[in-house]
Amino acid sequence: MSKFDFEHEIDIAWCPGCGNFPLRKSIIMALNELNLDPTQVVFSSGIGQAAKMPQYIDASYFNGLHGRGLSVAQAIQSVNPKLVVIAEGGDGDMYGEGGNHFIHNVRRNPNLAHIVHNNMIYGLTKGQGSPTSPKGLETTVQITGVYNEPLNPMALALSLGATFVGRAFTGDIERTKDMIKKAIEHKGYAIVDIFHPCVTFNKVNTFQWYKNHSFWLDETHDPKDYRKAMDLALDTERLALGVLYQKEDSIPFDEAHPVYREDKTPIIHRKRDIAKVNELLK
Amino acid sequence: MKDSLTIVLSGEAGQGLQTIEEFLVEALSKEYYVFTSKEVMSRVRGGNNTVEIRVSNAPIYALRYTIDYLFLLNKNSFYRLPKRLTKDTVVFGEENFVTSEDKEKYNLNLETFELTKLAKEAGNRLFANTILFGYIAGMLKLSRHIGHELIEKRFEHRGEKMVLANQEAYDMGFELGTNYHMPKTIEKPESVPSYKIIDGNTALGIGALAGGVNYIASYPMSPGTTVLMYLANKGEEFGVLAEQAEDEIAALNMVIGAWYAGARGLATTSGGGFALMTEAVSLAGITENPAVVHVAQRPGPATGLPTRTEQGDLNLVVYAGHGEFPRIVLAPGKLEDGIHLAQRAFWLADKYQVPVFILSDQFWLESMGQMEPFEVDDRYLESFVVKTEKDYKRYDWTNTISPRGIPGYGEGFVKADSDEHDESGQITEDFDVRVKMHEKRLAKRELLLEDYQQAELVGPADYKQLVVGWGSTYGVLKEYIETTDQKDVAYLYVKQPFPLPLSMKSYFDQAENVVVVESNATGQFTNILKLELDVKVDHRILKYNGEPFNIEEINERVSEVLR
Repeated sequence: MSKFDFEHEIDIAWCPGCGNFPLRKSIIMALNELNLDPTQVVFSSGIGQAAKMPQYIDASYFNGLHGRGLSVAQAIQSVNPKLVVIAEGGDGDMYGEGGNHFIHNVRRNPNLAHIVHNNMIYGLTKGQGSPTSPKGLETTVQITGVYNEPLNPMALALSLGATFVGRAFTGDIERTKDMIKKAIEHKGYAIVDIFHPCVTFNKVNTFQWYKNHSFWLDETHDPKDYRKAMDLALDTERLALGVLYQKEDSIPFDEAHPVYREDKTPIIHRKRDIAKVNELLK
Repeated sequence: MKDSLTIVLSGEAGQGLQTIEEFLVEALSKEYYVFTSKEVMSRVRGGNNTVEIRVSNAPIYALRYTIDYLFLLNKNSFYRLPKRLTKDTVVFGEENFVTSEDKEKYNLNLETFELTKLAKEAGNRLFANTILFGYIAGMLKLSRHIGHELIEKRFEHRGEKMVLANQEAYDMGFELGTNYHMPKTIEKPESVPSYKIIDGNTALGIGALAGGVNYIASYPMSPGTTVLMYLANKGEEFGVLAEQAEDEIAALNMVIGAWYAGARGLATTSGGGFALMTEAVSLAGITENPAVVHVAQRPGPATGLPTRTEQGDLNLVVYAGHGEFPRIVLAPGKLEDGIHLAQRAFWLADKYQVPVFILSDQFWLESMGQMEPFEVDDRYLESFVVKTEKDYKRYDWTNTISPRGIPGYGEGFVKADSDEHDESGQITEDFDVRVKMHEKRLAKRELLLEDYQQAELVGPADYKQLVVGWGSTYGVLKEYIETTDQKDVAYLYVKQPFPLPLSMKSYFDQAENVVVVESNATGQFTNILKLELDVKVDHRILKYNGEPFNIEEINERVSEVLR
């Protein structure tokens, strides 16, 4: 048995054939290969089938509100920068309900990995359109097909100055694992948008569809090349997988924040000097 | 005999009223009793804002409506104030600040006061504030050096020249003020204890620091923002991570995340911002995650009167969040309690793993008064966080309060869940577990009443009539009790309006006549008293125009309903 997995049988609430299963494998492999101490890893998630992932990985987690996984993760990381923090959720959770937190945490550049399951549909609420649903996709609400422009998370993250922008597809467990490892190792905010099929509700963007429409970047791609990354992000016909962009001299939130400028001790470990407080009362 | 003077400075936003207020309150406090409050319009420049400086020969804590000396600082500064004048009020100002029609209509005692001209004579129109400071100091026969010292302290960092020039301007005002013959005067008290001058905002900030706050995430909203600015300024010195959130939803979720990881977090906001936080309040409820929220009340609904005052959000905090879970609401009315209750809020949240609200309002936050000096101790820094064992269960139900671990401290995992969960923190839909977990959470309500913040009785213990108030009405009701001729009336100052222990009923059993005073239109606390304690309230005195209660109207309205 590997670390981060359970000794006992667990009851998993995903549909048979769900893309979450191979992704779970990739995540557990990544954490093991990085040789992380499970007690130092924290997941923060919102609500949805994707956001249940932390339930099935043996580590600490805060399974909070729909859309707010990133806010909680950012705070955990900033009060104790020694922890490895992963925010995880689906496309509705992170790009819809949590869209404002996505935008502003890209600006903050917190040192955490942001894993977004992107199956272009709502699963747990039963088949409504998601922010990333392609135009024309017939859903349980957009019954004649989606008519709104889909959100492009890669281009949006890049435009906001994200320091690590990557995409993976659960059809390749190894490479997805590598992407997650790189995201965790990145110093700063690292988003990995993860394509995977929703076998129950999305009959268009199937396993085969993702396979046919995506390709893995090879070593000829320079992730430092911002313009090239943006070109790749804007190409919605041939979807590039891999690290689209990684900024070299990224300064994460905790290092930029004045409270850590002089003193690197996590704020939760600092002792309050009551005598100094009494100075304020003089 | 207790006697006081009300001096009002009326000008516009951006004119530096606050600076004069700070100077005057510090200076006057050395030789008088003093209380100041302000009312401002929701704008950055212009409009009409006023500062009231009340000076007395005995302790005072309240706003007085009637103005004795009014200083007009521009043409626009008179029209809102005639209601507050009497035939004896002296109005200082430049010739054209009041129209001749108004002069006649209100039969004003006008005293020409050419502040702009004086400032020019002193060398710079920027000296106007310092001259005015000097004038009022001279008028009230303050020792001249007090002003000099304060000016030095304030302008030191800008060089000696600046200090001297301001001291000269002060002297110029002081001479003129000394020579002015005041028609209404008060005796200087023989001596005044050495007080700390403080406003509610600062009291909360200091209290939070003494309660171990080391994280604040908030979105700016008046009048809750000053606490954010205060702690951001103290951040590096005290190790407080202050972050401006993108919205209030993020703010409280961040605060909850910070507590989960072992910090002591605070969110500060006002009613509208708090409304956005309510889902996260419920999250704190089910995850049994501590959280502290300062809700600075202003009149609603919606944007309401953004810079004015009200006690209209008690119901909001008592009922905020879907589902059922316990909580604590604290409401400071005394400056000391701003410190004490803020300190305690963090300790209570940590101890009982519940959301704790500090409910204040614009008037209390922005009024400055004298506080007897005292020292805080570290009792509220006591941490309830435990080191986890390998098989740690976050929601262990052996006891009502499960020991709270944090990630990274010990061998265990800390699994917190907004879904209904079992002892280990895993999602469950087992009905029996649901019932047991729900009852475990709700049982905290009785437990936390063991640490109920007792109310304070002001006045005779053998009272027959009882006036009840919560939070910011403290000053005006205390002053009422201290000055009224009615000898069988006491005032019950409630510091924790929710939840209430049944033992509190005894205060009401003794009273033949109960009057509740609150700044809202529906008597929110009165209703809670009935619901929680099933006591009879005979009269409600309510106010909801956006202004705080003043001492004259409390005298009048309370007398009307007393027997």
